[in-house]
Amino acid sequence: MFSASATKWGKQSVGTYKTSDFRKGLKVQIDGEPYLMIEMNFVKPGKGNALYKCKLKNLLRGTVLDRTYKGGDSLESADVEEIDVQYLYRQQDTFVFMDNKTYEQYELSSDQVDDSWKYLKEGMGCSMMLFNDNPIILSPPNHVELKVEYCEPGAKGDTATNVTKPVKVETGAEIICPSFINMGNVIKVDTRTGQYVERVST
Amino acid sequence: MAAESGEFHPSASWEVLHLRARLLRRIRRFFEDREFLEVETPLLSADTVIDRHLDPIPVTLFADPRQMAAGSRRWLQTSPEFAMKRLLAAGAPSIYQITRAFRGGEVGRLHNPEFTIVEWYGVEDGMQQGMQLLSELAEVLFQHGPAERISYAAAFERWLGIDPHGADGPKLAVVAERQGIAVPDSLPMEDRDGWLDLLLVECIEPHLGFESPVILYDYPATQAALARLRGDRTPVAERFELYFRGIELANGYHELMDPDELRCRNQQINRLRHTDGKPLLPESSRLLAAMEHGLPPCTGVALGFDRSVMLVCGAKELSEVIAFPSEIA
Repeated sequence: MFSASATKWGKQSVGTYKTSDFRKGLKVQIDGEPYLMIEMNFVKPGKGNALYKCKLKNLLRGTVLDRTYKGGDSLESADVEEIDVQYLYRQQDTFVFMDNKTYEQYELSSDQVDDSWKYLKEGMGCSMMLFNDNPIILSPPNHVELKVEYCEPGAKGDTATNVTKPVKVETGAEIICPSFINMGNVIKVDTRTGQYVERVST
Repeated sequence: MAAESGEFHPSASWEVLHLRARLLRRIRRFFEDREFLEVETPLLSADTVIDRHLDPIPVTLFADPRQMAAGSRRWLQTSPEFAMKRLLAAGAPSIYQITRAFRGGEVGRLHNPEFTIVEWYGVEDGMQQGMQLLSELAEVLFQHGPAERISYAAAFERWLGIDPHGADGPKLAVVAERQGIAVPDSLPMEDRDGWLDLLLVECIEPHLGFESPVILYDYPATQAALARLRGDRTPVAERFELYFRGIELANGYHELMDPDELRCRNQQINRLRHTDGKPLLPESSRLLAAMEHGLPPCTGVALGFDRSVMLVCGAKELSEVIAFPSEIA
């Protein structure tokens, strides 16, 4: 994740949600930043005012906010959209993607791409979240296959998976692999954890 | 829960639906043993209880099915209170009823807009007898002993170290902040009852009823609803609530008998509803006529049956104990 100033994305109101609309999965805007309602509990003392206890995840920072609202309150909706994109190329600190439907191009800084650069191969399909039409989060597929470009040779006959070593893959990233992996092998990596999953081909 | 068009199954298991039936029988036997008369009253009425935070669902009784929006206004009852009191004023003995109640806008883990309510009135009972009877019923339902009784003030003193009858809004706000609870930005500093409710829900209810059921009693006078007030210097409402495992189950009143006082409270509540941006509710009612005629001294209690079933079988939400909760009704 990266941080953005509250005003960077502007305040583009696209409507409001009343407490009666509150539910898990709602995308709302607080102080100009987009949040996902990840939990919503309706509590109400029999004769008292209804309270809506929410957990809200900041889509820019990943932090979680506890907020309680009372009946009649409202929240601004956030213009958040998820699109399928293709990774085109990198130009210094800028990564360029293309919307698969509209062919519109989006640029993300290396800060925004964060650790995902490790898995990006040209032409790869990813999903991207837009807030007020600006890209905010890039998600590569959960699993990607990467070719090993360089590694120290493994000890002969060592097939144990608990002996590991770092290898350099085609994107330039280092991945920790079992020692039997050799140069030219293709490995599968879980992009959510950054961990080696299996050898795909030798 | 998204239902495909072909999905029709209940969300509650057969085991739980059998339990519901057994508990209904047990409640009926409980009241029959005590010679309460079972009664039935309308679900649709021209009258409705006037509460700031209860929103009855309006229904139009049309004369012409081709013009369904034209006709006289009825309300689905938020509890059978008004009609049962009319029966009492007309000479009923102690009465009970198991029926449906409807509350608009209440949906959640512990709320379904339509629910089963058990309501009873012990004629000549004061608050002590009322709490005793509720405790006996809780013992029969939950088999966790009689209810422990704690006054509202004692509970606030014990868990928050404050006097709920003396503290003003700003003082309560400071307590809420000290407790580190999330506070709605829109809660006005002067809304004392709003702060009390928030503190009750966040800091007190989670402690109530884990050893045995608990009855909280002597509520702030400003939360009397239809209960009598007692005491001069710091009057309290003779109102009580049952809790078990942190969940509110029943609400009881030593019933207000004075029609003028009811008129006055109705006006006050409608003013608050107006500031909340809610429609006003009809203030004149056949209940007032019944109270003019004379309501016998009595204590009345309403118990949420579905929540009780939940607690008996250890369910986490109402959808596990209601065959067809509102999302799939």
